[in-house]
Amino acid sequence: MSKITINIDGKEIQTQEGEYILNAARANDIFIPAICYLTRCSPTLACRLCLVEADGKQVYACNAKSKEGMSVVTSSENIAKERRAIMEVYDVNHPLQCGVCDQSGECELQNYTLEMGVDAQHYAVKDVDRSDVDWWHIHYNPGLCIVCERCVTTCKDMIGDNSLKTVPRGADALEAEYKESMPKDAYAMWNKLNKSLIGLTSGEEMLDCTSCGECAAVCPVGALVDTHFIYTSNAWELKQIPATCGHCSAGCQISYDVKHTSIDNTDEKIYRVMNEWNYVSLCGAGRYGFDYKNEVKSKDEAAFAKAIEAFKKADTIKFTSTITNEEALLLQKLKEKFGYKLVNSEAKAFQTFLNDYSEISGTKLYGYDLEATHNANFVISVGAALKSDNPNARYALNNSMTVNKGAGLYFHHLRDPVIEGLGKSIMTMYHAPLQEEAVLYLILDLFADKEKLPSDIVSYLASFHSTKTITVEEIIKEEITEIVKVMKKNEESGEEEEVEEEKKKMVPKKVSKEVEVDENRLLEILGADEKFMENLEKNLAKKDTFALIAGADLYTHPNSKNLARLLALIEKYSAFELTMIPNLTNTLGVALICELDDEAGSYTVGYNTQGDFTLSALGNGDLDMPAINQQEGTLTSINKRVNPTNAAIGYNGYELNDIANALGLSAELVVDYTPMLPVEKGFKAEMFDNLPNHYDNDGTEHRGYLLDNAAVATSGDESVAAISDEKLEGTLIYMANPVRQFTDFTNKATNLDEISGVYMSEEFLSKSDFNEGESVRVKSQKGELVANIVSDNKISGDIIVLPTFDSKINSEALFSSYRFATASIERA
Amino acid sequence: MHNEHVQEHFNNRNVTEIDSNYYMVDIAPYPTDGWGKFKRVLKRALRGELFVGLWVVLREMIRFDIHTVKYPEEKMPIGPRYRAVHEMKRLWESDTERCIGCGLCEKICISNCIRIDTKLDENSRKEVSEYSINLGRCIFCGYCAEVCPELAITHGGEYENASDQREHFLTFGDMLTPLDQMKAGTQVEFEGFGAITPHEDERVKKTPLAY
Repeated sequence: MSKITINIDGKEIQTQEGEYILNAARANDIFIPAICYLTRCSPTLACRLCLVEADGKQVYACNAKSKEGMSVVTSSENIAKERRAIMEVYDVNHPLQCGVCDQSGECELQNYTLEMGVDAQHYAVKDVDRSDVDWWHIHYNPGLCIVCERCVTTCKDMIGDNSLKTVPRGADALEAEYKESMPKDAYAMWNKLNKSLIGLTSGEEMLDCTSCGECAAVCPVGALVDTHFIYTSNAWELKQIPATCGHCSAGCQISYDVKHTSIDNTDEKIYRVMNEWNYVSLCGAGRYGFDYKNEVKSKDEAAFAKAIEAFKKADTIKFTSTITNEEALLLQKLKEKFGYKLVNSEAKAFQTFLNDYSEISGTKLYGYDLEATHNANFVISVGAALKSDNPNARYALNNSMTVNKGAGLYFHHLRDPVIEGLGKSIMTMYHAPLQEEAVLYLILDLFADKEKLPSDIVSYLASFHSTKTITVEEIIKEEITEIVKVMKKNEESGEEEEVEEEKKKMVPKKVSKEVEVDENRLLEILGADEKFMENLEKNLAKKDTFALIAGADLYTHPNSKNLARLLALIEKYSAFELTMIPNLTNTLGVALICELDDEAGSYTVGYNTQGDFTLSALGNGDLDMPAINQQEGTLTSINKRVNPTNAAIGYNGYELNDIANALGLSAELVVDYTPMLPVEKGFKAEMFDNLPNHYDNDGTEHRGYLLDNAAVATSGDESVAAISDEKLEGTLIYMANPVRQFTDFTNKATNLDEISGVYMSEEFLSKSDFNEGESVRVKSQKGELVANIVSDNKISGDIIVLPTFDSKINSEALFSSYRFATASIERA
Repeated sequence: MHNEHVQEHFNNRNVTEIDSNYYMVDIAPYPTDGWGKFKRVLKRALRGELFVGLWVVLREMIRFDIHTVKYPEEKMPIGPRYRAVHEMKRLWESDTERCIGCGLCEKICISNCIRIDTKLDENSRKEVSEYSINLGRCIFCGYCAEVCPELAITHGGEYENASDQREHFLTFGDMLTPLDQMKAGTQVEFEGFGAITPHEDERVKKTPLAY
């Protein structure tokens, strides 16, 4: 990819070779109208508005690639005619109900109709019945739909659910005379439009997807609307608060749209969450899980005094990673001042993992981010329940496959129909728990540069290989000669007579052949099927950028040190660009800022987790704290970015800073700590108010700042222990949440209605004698719990999944630290 | 013919282009120096205009056929375009309210006195769940009536809205034309801002229909 110069409307601009003209124009503030195109997705070519003239030829700017010296004109007389006709066509039979439409002016149909100066209608076609339908969290009004297919495109190219498609409209054919009288592209576009509407791929009545709501977000008109938002507010009444989603480590940029609750109640309320869908895609938790604020009427002085007392008495602060960097720094400062133990097991595991990784990599942090995954064309995921651990990582994987013609390889234990549904080029390998080492060794074996790799590892890898002579049956074509009788006319007598003739013919024949093949015992350990290598080779054809996503299974693995070192080796000696998924919202920030301890002391103050004295933003503790959407601060994301977030709604109670001030620290605001974040760990001494939070037109992210990936001294020891033979036998339980749920905060949100319980796949339920809804006792070596069975069609196989988002089900009690355990299940 | 002239005036508000009855008021130049100003004060003070006014009052008093309207027993008729307290009109066809809850009145209100809450009703339509106008804030500019796409909110002739509090509120029900008035067919259409102009039909471009 090299820099080239093209000329659009007389303006010389720099762009990448092969970049679409539309993207090049947008990046340079040149306007080309377009409805159906989504940045980061493949061109749909539904609207045809982006028609331009490139070197004198009419092309669609959204799928025509830039070439050096190209001259582009964005409008001509003919193009203007086409565009106006296209907008007229879009207006045919479009109901004039703008007054009550939920798009309320944020409407691209309205905008372009005015832009193209449509003041009269010349076309008509008989309308068909287009009644609206409720697809659970999404409401579809086909009457308003202009079938630009943006919803279909984003669902396919970005999200990967493939839940939407175009379905027949059943309309009359267009009048024949239009073909002659109308501008060509407008007619072609109308002809297609008149035949389709949007429907569900499954053919069922209800949408059964991972419910991200991205389809409604990208809808240019009011055809797809979030059900919870219908007729609640006009868009223009809403104030947009730029923020960072506080549910997982992806740290997506969102805007909370707030307004007074009602005429009687002037308290601000979040009505919806919006995103810059061209540059960031949300998951269902981010989009619908916004009402988790902790409503506190006033400062509870008695509880505050008790909290101070508790802090004086305590020797341990236990907390979760759903806090801001500033709060983490506050806790660290309290530790330095009063010697508290800071206990946060999942952040501690991640911290240890990162340190182990640094010993070989020589850097504090993993080298890449999800942006690299988006741009790669071969992506491997290891040790992550990708769809629920970090939905954005799944989008990156899917996006790389659909848009970069890439392929993916998904290593996990839990069978996942959602991942399998991403497309043909995803390979899944479901291995047994505790075999993650074998997976990483396999990746080293397949992709690492063996010449540079430490020799002991090369020889260890070689020890898995053996050559085996196998007999393969091959079908070859063989020529045979056979004698056939044919009727022929005797030329002399003129009569028909039978003649024998020789004929040559090719027939297939089976032959056995002995061939020597390489056998890789690693594949056997992982339980790969015979076709694995063959399929992998097919998938690896023409791939040149590789990305590796490592997930939370690895951090708590009994041999996590080995895994961390193997990841570092993979990153160092292969082309893979490594990204690790931090478990929770700010696990990475906490791991960098806090010195964490393993064991709690005798008296614990819990922050968002149960302690002897509990501070809680969930409203169930001894002293209330603000939730993330009521706080200012920064969150560290998977992309190693320190993102600012703002308070969307007010909070009247005490916050951690008040306690810290009462204990002798001094800061007026929590964000006064932003410039004090540890520079040696990669943070920058930036004031909170100076942190940007937006995207440029070309997609450049201006959000907070990127962490410096500080260098770490290495010993040069790159040895890694051998694979351990540990196995988990019996019924397996796995700790993971359903999609859209992460913590108690998502559980609190009214629009996220996932039922918590013991998740079993439909397949497992039908095999076993358990029934959905039954109460069961799950017992492991560590503990037990009683909960109801929930049938989950987003998993398959025999592994039983236990969630952590509902504190009523204390799943953590069942697991030592690894996300897998063996358990027995019986009716309670 | 007369009507056409009126329409022309209505559409073309550029005064200079109309050979109309507009004329400049004859105003004497203002004094610039101190002496001039002093002279003006003397001239105005000693003119005896006060007594002119007093004489008019005395004359009218002794005539006994006074034109004073005895408010509140008597009230002047109000013009159809007068902008007093708001009304919510109903549809002639079905007696249901015209308001669709679009919220344009709330948006356009320059004194920020209108608020509207909407929701999805059981017929999947947008329903106004609450509506309020703070009459203490309203400046009766008429923008709400002008912007209303349904001719639903209008101004009425009810100008007696004094209250003992600065803020007092009108709700949807207060403004809605009572049903008995609808039955009697006495709902009065507003002719002011926002009402349909007389030549609207000619301005509309027709949309072809394929039925």
